[in-house]
Amino acid sequence: MSTTAQTRREWLLSDRPQSRLQAKLGRAYVTWRRFSGNGLALVGLGIIVALVLVAIFADLIAPYSPTIGDLKNARLLPPSATHWFGTDDLGRDIFSRIVHGSRLTLFVVILVAVIAAPIGLLVGTVAGYAGGWIDAVLMRVTDIFLAFPKLILALAFVAALGPGIENAVIAIAITSWPPYARIARAETLTVRNSDYIAAVRLMGASPMRIVLRHIMPLCLSSLIVRVTLDMAGIILTAAGLGFLGLGAQPPLPEWGAMIASGRRFILDQWWVAGMPGIAILVVSLGFNLLGDGLRDALDPRSGEQ
Amino acid sequence: MSVSETRTGAGRRRAPASVYASAALRFLGVVVVTYLGLLAVTFFIGRVIPIDPVLAIVGDRAPASVIAQARKEYGLDLPLYEQFVLYVKNALTGNFGRSVLSTNPVMADIARVFPATIELATLGTIIGAAVGVPLGVLAAVKRGSLVDQIVRVIGLVGYSVPIFWLGLIALLVFYARLGWTEGPGRIGIAYEFTFTPITGFYLLDAVLQRDWGAFRDIFGHIILPAALLGYFSLAYISRMTRSFMLAELSQEYIVAARAKGLSESRIIWLHALRNAAVPLVTVIALSYAGLLEGSVLTETVFAWPGLGLYITNSLQNADMNAVLGGTIVIGSVFIGINLLSDALYRMLDPRTRTR
Repeated sequence: MSTTAQTRREWLLSDRPQSRLQAKLGRAYVTWRRFSGNGLALVGLGIIVALVLVAIFADLIAPYSPTIGDLKNARLLPPSATHWFGTDDLGRDIFSRIVHGSRLTLFVVILVAVIAAPIGLLVGTVAGYAGGWIDAVLMRVTDIFLAFPKLILALAFVAALGPGIENAVIAIAITSWPPYARIARAETLTVRNSDYIAAVRLMGASPMRIVLRHIMPLCLSSLIVRVTLDMAGIILTAAGLGFLGLGAQPPLPEWGAMIASGRRFILDQWWVAGMPGIAILVVSLGFNLLGDGLRDALDPRSGEQ
Repeated sequence: MSVSETRTGAGRRRAPASVYASAALRFLGVVVVTYLGLLAVTFFIGRVIPIDPVLAIVGDRAPASVIAQARKEYGLDLPLYEQFVLYVKNALTGNFGRSVLSTNPVMADIARVFPATIELATLGTIIGAAVGVPLGVLAAVKRGSLVDQIVRVIGLVGYSVPIFWLGLIALLVFYARLGWTEGPGRIGIAYEFTFTPITGFYLLDAVLQRDWGAFRDIFGHIILPAALLGYFSLAYISRMTRSFMLAELSQEYIVAARAKGLSESRIIWLHALRNAAVPLVTVIALSYAGLLEGSVLTETVFAWPGLGLYITNSLQNADMNAVLGGTIVIGSVFIGINLLSDALYRMLDPRTRTR
């Protein structure tokens, strides 16, 4: 058994891979070894995996309904064995609401990443590869959006679009793509004049093919790191919008909105606003730790100097 | 980001005067384009996204004659580009229209509430820099030590905690349970009607009037939100100080200073920190701009009558003129500080001058 493991490891770490697949797996293995050597990064990964699992199995995990409470017997109960995180002013179990709220958090984070990252990637690679006036125009637009205070811009967008979780997602996505464009452009500039791009161009590849097939893949790893690091910020912005009543609307168990509704009871029933805040803190801490770990593993140069 | 980019541009030649002139022109161009962009985005938000901006102003129950009049009054019957020109002209003269909620001109409202925000953000930045810089220096000097770990944790938590939640918890602990500070608001009920503001910065006003009772009360109100904002800028400032100091301490001039036999504290605080201070100025300026933004949520929690609370109140009452006016003012200050810190950096660091 141990000999096969040994050979498998050797196969992965071989400096003369026989196939593309072997090379890819080998690289992934090296990255994973660097990543898993970092204890805090593993903690972050654990938190995020737990978040995903909780979101998937929310119906099984939550002991009570997230929206229907027991107004008669269970208003504002402190944390206990029957209600782990206590209950709110409508008699709803806060633990169940937080469990279901994890779906909304994941929804926001994934959707923002899916919208904003490709926009940034496209703008950045096209600007970097094309150069000239296209580059100048695209980068000026990026700078304008970068110069905006993010939360304020998102606020104004939600004010115009109307409150709601979908509009909050759109507003956050609009404000978060510019850094990705910057990163993608910087990466593109470093590979634009390399020999392999020249070779592809000699073979007659169109600019679009070069950007899509040969430049974008190289930008992905630094983009993934940045997006992961941004996730905490996205969660905090979404929660802030929810807190101001502009994100998810009641009775949705969005964590920021839960804090807003628990605000009235903060002096006597601290758990109503306290528990969702802890949930936000833990999850965004998880994304920050994971992002730091990924950065160190994927790009050892930019880590601790 | 731009900090590390500009740092590498070392050059030995002295630049001729025309280089400065063209650099200044380019800087001016950047300012103009960025402000126009700011106005274009807010114009888009206020005039293009809503289906009918007039309805947003007069309400959907207004008679047709009122709607037609309002449409004319706001220039909404013009083509879109003429509307934009008018919009830019109005914004440049500080005319953001009237607030539906207070019926005052938006600019007058903003002038009334803005000092409260500036006072809060300034005190927050002072706290953040006064604590953050020494912490960052210590973390860099004693790398891997307990201080270093603490700075790391402060940074991590600062980047992960929702500021409005921390504000609520701080109110619960320091105001309700311990009674160390005053509660929400800017000034207590005992002084609210006797205190006359002069500049709008209450701490300064109390000192000017030598009203020490009021000063103590105002200080008790401001210290909690300011400390909270200070914590957020501290998280950023200490982390950046640490990495700047690490970069400086590995330089050869530090070795030379050690070889000369200078004391370690002199090397750290006089030689290394002085060189690290150049990019630090930028970082502190940026964190100040960030606090102006962070004040939106903090002011809501602490019922602090500043621009952030004004914007959120207007938002909740669909007062679009006020929201856009507030957005433009905060955006302008934000852009202004960004550009200013960039210019300051170029002035302070001689290596970035020749291009």
